[in-house]
Amino acid sequence: MDFIPLSDLIGGAAILAVGLFSLAALTITAFFPKARTAVFVTALLGAAAGIVFAGYSFPDNQTAFSDMLLVGGFANFYSILFLVIAVLTMVLSAPYMEKEGYRHSEFYVLVLFAAIGMMMMGASGDLITMFLGLEVMSVTFYVMAGLFRAKLTSNESSLKYFLLGAFATGFLLYGIALIYGTTGTTNLIRIAAQFPQAFDQPLHVIGWGLLLIGLAFKVGAFPFHMWVPDVYEGAPTSVTAFMSTGGKAAAFSAFILVFSIPMAMHDPRMTTVLAVLAAGSMIVGNWFGLSQTNLKRMLAYSSIAHAGYMLIGIASASPVGQQGITFYLVSYALTNLGAFGVVMMLETEKGEGVTYEEYAGLGRRKPVLAALLSMFMFSLTGIPPFAGFVGKYYLFASAVQSGLTWLAVLGVITSLISTYYYLRVVVYMYFRDGSAEEPSLPASSLAAVALSAAGILVLGIMPSLIFDVIVSMF
Amino acid sequence: MIPLNHYLLLSAFLFSCGVLGVAVRRNAIVVFMSIELMLNAVNLTLIAFSSFLGDATGQMLVFFVMVVAAAEAAVGLAIIIALFRNKQTVNVDELNILKW
Repeated sequence: MDFIPLSDLIGGAAILAVGLFSLAALTITAFFPKARTAVFVTALLGAAAGIVFAGYSFPDNQTAFSDMLLVGGFANFYSILFLVIAVLTMVLSAPYMEKEGYRHSEFYVLVLFAAIGMMMMGASGDLITMFLGLEVMSVTFYVMAGLFRAKLTSNESSLKYFLLGAFATGFLLYGIALIYGTTGTTNLIRIAAQFPQAFDQPLHVIGWGLLLIGLAFKVGAFPFHMWVPDVYEGAPTSVTAFMSTGGKAAAFSAFILVFSIPMAMHDPRMTTVLAVLAAGSMIVGNWFGLSQTNLKRMLAYSSIAHAGYMLIGIASASPVGQQGITFYLVSYALTNLGAFGVVMMLETEKGEGVTYEEYAGLGRRKPVLAALLSMFMFSLTGIPPFAGFVGKYYLFASAVQSGLTWLAVLGVITSLISTYYYLRVVVYMYFRDGSAEEPSLPASSLAAVALSAAGILVLGIMPSLIFDVIVSMF
Repeated sequence: MIPLNHYLLLSAFLFSCGVLGVAVRRNAIVVFMSIELMLNAVNLTLIAFSSFLGDATGQMLVFFVMVVAAAEAAVGLAIIIALFRNKQTVNVDELNILKW
């Protein structure tokens, strides 16, 4: 009676553990709707169990479930990243959800469900696993964006996300179908083995193109970025924080696995297309970021721009680029979670307190919070000694090494442009007078934000702490 | 036997119909139906390939696609109902609180 070999179960232990805990949390929600703390603790335990299992099998590099799931190294690093993001999101959103009058505990269950999807994406050795992980994550995000169902903005955001997301899924699937049809397999390694010949078939090239559309949509890259600002602005801030960090990291992990590692993209046409996507995202994101007055919407455009920076790493198609993306995702996740954490603390229950005007004078009213938010803005701009600078350095270096110098130059120029709108927030906080109501700052959120800030500072000064681990995975 | 290309052309046609429907129709439910048409066009491609390659992977993927489409339908219709309760419309052009 050996239906599933033990090695497979051990390989998938992290995902299975998170899955079991999330189902347990869901059961508690169903029978004891008021037991919010119990659900919260169960969800945190689930994430912790996942981190332990993923850390335990980190050194072994193998596959499980007939090559469908990757185990160890890359997959586990990303699993840990997703679960850390999930934990920080849950800690930051507990007081926020309470304040906004949302008193249901499914939120924590949904965070874990989405984390399972992300972990599958980061561990996908097969296009089917990638597709399923992507859908588990996306369907959960559609629900989460609409969690505040009495609010029209939340409804609107989730419907837009849903329609456009499902539309992109159609393209992604068509791409998978054509690649399967022309190679006879959905396994990424076996597809890569047929690399140069398979590209002689037009259908195969079309398949990659359609797959690229689907993934570019999920990372929010130009020209498939139209949904990002609306969805990020309308969704509950805690969900936006989770989508923009975890969702983006998961989509990029799948991007690396599908496009970069199988070397399918050493086809020069693919490099050109990816470079154009990267350039377009950087220009569009930073250009529209300039005119924003709402912090949430500004961070949405900033996330388009950052997708552009990370696409440089995909376009350069080298291990340096992949390592750069991985490091960048860690620093971006910490920075954005921190920035959204500050927004969550200052947002009022009517959804106010997110415009620059309302941040005026924050430097005097809440000096600690203003200092932390400034750090996050500096890191997003890419000013040393914060992690954002190191991440950009690695990405631009990978572009130069792969002969895409123009892309690195464009990256530097657009980063310079972005300085204007990131520092504008800092200017408002310190050099403008303003008065807004004084929200009480929950200690747990403050601790989580301070932890993120400490993270980007430490990674900015000593990037080798995590970069050595990343280098060992590729 | 019907050649593979016929199946591929039919599913490409159906897929295009779906894309066109999403692009031109304004009723959220019709848009959603067009998306389902796209997914089913892909299913046809997968089954055709699977049958011509003599390989079961494609058919297995079709089952996964159907499951995902069902989950998406459940979530999508719930979202549309939540919106309708607040706004009494399912026209996507009237979703304009957030700038498109």
